[in-house]
Amino acid sequence: MAELFGFPLPLLLGQLMLGLVNGAFYAMLSLGLAVIFGLMDVVNFAHGAFFMMGAMFTWMGGQYLHLNFWWMLLFAPLLVGLFGIGVERVALRRLRGIDPIYGLLLTFGLTLLIEGVFRSFYGVAGAPYNPPELLSATLNLGFMFLPSYYLFAVAASLLISIGTWLLIERTKLGAYLRAGTENPALIQAFGVNFPRMVMLTFGFGSALAGLAGVLAAPVIQVSPLMGSNLVIVVFAIVVIGGMGSVLGAIVSGLALGLIEGLAKVLFPPISSTVVFILMALVLTLRPAGLFGKEK
Amino acid sequence: MKLKTLASALTLALGTLASASATQPPVKIGFITDLSGVYSAVDGPGGVAAIKMAISDFGGSVLGRKIELVSFDHQNKADLAAGKAKEYLSQDGVNMLIGGTNSATALAMEPIAAQYKTPFFVVGAGASSIVGKQCTPYTVMYAYNTTALARGTASAVIKNGGKSWYFLTADYAFGKSLEDEAAKVVKADGGSVVGQVLAPLGASDFSSYLLQAQASKAQVLGLANAGGDADNAIKQANQFGLTKTMKLAGLLLFITDIHSVGLPAAQGLYLTTPWYWNQNAQSRAWAERYFKEMHAMPTFLQAGDYSATMTYLKAVKAAGTTDGAKVMAELHKTKVNDMYMKDGTLRPSGLMIHDMYLEQVKTPAESKEPWDYYKLVQTIPGNDAFGPASAYGCPLDK
Repeated sequence: MAELFGFPLPLLLGQLMLGLVNGAFYAMLSLGLAVIFGLMDVVNFAHGAFFMMGAMFTWMGGQYLHLNFWWMLLFAPLLVGLFGIGVERVALRRLRGIDPIYGLLLTFGLTLLIEGVFRSFYGVAGAPYNPPELLSATLNLGFMFLPSYYLFAVAASLLISIGTWLLIERTKLGAYLRAGTENPALIQAFGVNFPRMVMLTFGFGSALAGLAGVLAAPVIQVSPLMGSNLVIVVFAIVVIGGMGSVLGAIVSGLALGLIEGLAKVLFPPISSTVVFILMALVLTLRPAGLFGKEK
Repeated sequence: MKLKTLASALTLALGTLASASATQPPVKIGFITDLSGVYSAVDGPGGVAAIKMAISDFGGSVLGRKIELVSFDHQNKADLAAGKAKEYLSQDGVNMLIGGTNSATALAMEPIAAQYKTPFFVVGAGASSIVGKQCTPYTVMYAYNTTALARGTASAVIKNGGKSWYFLTADYAFGKSLEDEAAKVVKADGGSVVGQVLAPLGASDFSSYLLQAQASKAQVLGLANAGGDADNAIKQANQFGLTKTMKLAGLLLFITDIHSVGLPAAQGLYLTTPWYWNQNAQSRAWAERYFKEMHAMPTFLQAGDYSATMTYLKAVKAAGTTDGAKVMAELHKTKVNDMYMKDGTLRPSGLMIHDMYLEQVKTPAESKEPWDYYKLVQTIPGNDAFGPASAYGCPLDK
C-alpha cells in the first residue's frame, strides 16, 4: 500500500477529505460570525443555536409538512434569518453603544433559552436526517468511498462563502457595510439607513448559520445540542482568522478542518484540541488574528 | 340503644381501618435511566410504560399498599444518577430501584442501594463488573451482560470466518467491558484483534473512526457500543463503503436499532439477546399490548423492566414484607418463570442466569410483517452464555 510519512495514503487522504467537509461547515459558520462582529461589534453566542435551528427546521419540515430537503434549503435559512432580525429589533438594538460584554451575555442567554425550548420538545437524543434521494449514492474516489452528499455540502458552502466575500468586497452594498464598520455616523450623513442595515446584516449572518445547519443535517444527527458542540470551535476559528475578517474566517475555517483531519491520522488524541492550541499560538504571536487589522 | 352503640363501634372500627390503610406508605419503585439521550429509544420512556403495565397487571397494590413509580432522567451522568438514588432511598422511601441504561450510572448507584439495603435491579446496564468485584448482596443483574453478548455474538462471527477484528468502542465502562469480553472470546477461538478506536458516547459522526477501521484491513468491525451510537455507526459503515470490505458485528443490538437502520443495511448481522418479542405466544401477547401503547415493539430492556417489576412484586408478596434482605432471600430461592425467561435462577453474586438466544437479522425478503426481523440461530443455555461464576471474581460466589 502507498504510504506517506509511514501512514497509509488512503487513510491520510480520507481523513483530509473529511477534514475538508468539516472545514466547509466551520467556514460558513465563522463567516456569519465575522460579518456580524465586523459591523456590530456583537460577539454572537447564539450562532450555534441558529445553526441548530436551521437543522431542526429542516427535520421538522420533513416530519410535519413533508417538505423535502431542497425546499428546506430555501425556507429554513429564511426562517432563521427572520428570527435573527426579530432578535436584533427587539433586544440587541438596545445594547448598542455599551460594553460588548452585554451583547455576549444576551446572546448566551438566548442560546440557553432556544436550546431549552427545543430540548423540552425533542429531548437531547436527536433524530437522523437522510440526505436527499438525488445525493444518496456513494462515490468511489479511489482512496475512499464518500457519500455524494458530502461533496455537495463542500461545494455548496464554498460557493456561498465566496459569494458572501464577493458581496462584501466587490459591491456597493458591501462598500456601505465596510464604511459602516469604520464610521457609522458618517454613512448616516450620506443618507444610508444605518439601523436598518445593521438589522439586515444580523438577519443575514443568522441566515448563514441556519443554512449551514440545513447542510449539516444529513451529515451530523439533528439534535438540540448540535450547535453548542460546534460553536466553541467556531469561535476559536474566528479568533485565529481575525475577528471580523470575512476572508480570514473562510480561509481559517477550511484550513482548520484540514488540520484536524491531519491530526486524526498523525496523533489522534490531539485532534480535538489542535484548534485551541493554534488559537493560543496565534493570540501570542499575532493578537489581531491571521487576517485581522490592528485597531 | 345497643344497636346505636354497635353502629358507632363499627363506624369507629371501619374508620380506623380506613385511616390505617391511608397511612400505610405506598410501595415505591424508583426507575433511574436515560429518558432523553442516546439510549432513550432502547429503554427510556418505553421502560417507564412497561413498568407501569407491570404495576397495573399486578393489581396496583401489594400487601394492601399502593404501588407507586417514580422515575428520573440521569442524562447518562453517573453523578446525577447516584445523587438521585441517594435521595430516593434516604428521603423518599423508595423500596426498590431499577437501574436503566448506562453502566457508568449503574456502577455508581450499586453501592448506594447496598448501603440502604434496597434491592437494585439492573436491567439496562451491561458491564459484567456490576456482578464482578463490585457485587453486592442487593444487586440483581436481570437481563444480560457484556460477557453473554460477547460469548454469543463473537463466537458466531468467528465460526463464520471472521478471524481478525477491529473494535469501535464507546468510550466508557460499558464499551470497554464489551470490547474486553469480545476480545477474550476472539483470542480464545483462534482469532486476532488488530486494533481499536474509542469514540465518545453520542458521537454522531463516525466517519473518521470508520476510516481508521478500514485502514486496519481487519475482516470484522466489532461495534462495542449501543443504541443511537450503533445505529449511526452501521448506517455510516454502509455509506462509506466499509461493508464492502469488512463484516460488521454489532455486539449489543436492539430491535429498535434494526428498525431505525432498516433491513437493507442490517441484514445478516448476528446478535445475542435474552428476549425477542416473537419468541413465543406469551411474549407476543405481551409485546402486542405494549405496541398498542408505544407504537414500537419493545426491546429486551423494556420487556425486562416489566418482568423485573413483576418478579420483585411477587417476591414482596411471598415474603410478606418490603424489607430488602428478606425480599432478596425470597428472590434467591425462587425460579423466575414468565413471558421473559424460563427457570431464571439467581447466582449469589446477583447475576440472573437464563437462556440467551443467538439471532440473525433477516433479509428484506425473509421478513413477512412489520418488526419481523430476527431468525433464531441457536439457543445458548444460561450457564454457557454467562460463563462460570469464577470468571467474575465476585466474593459472594465463593
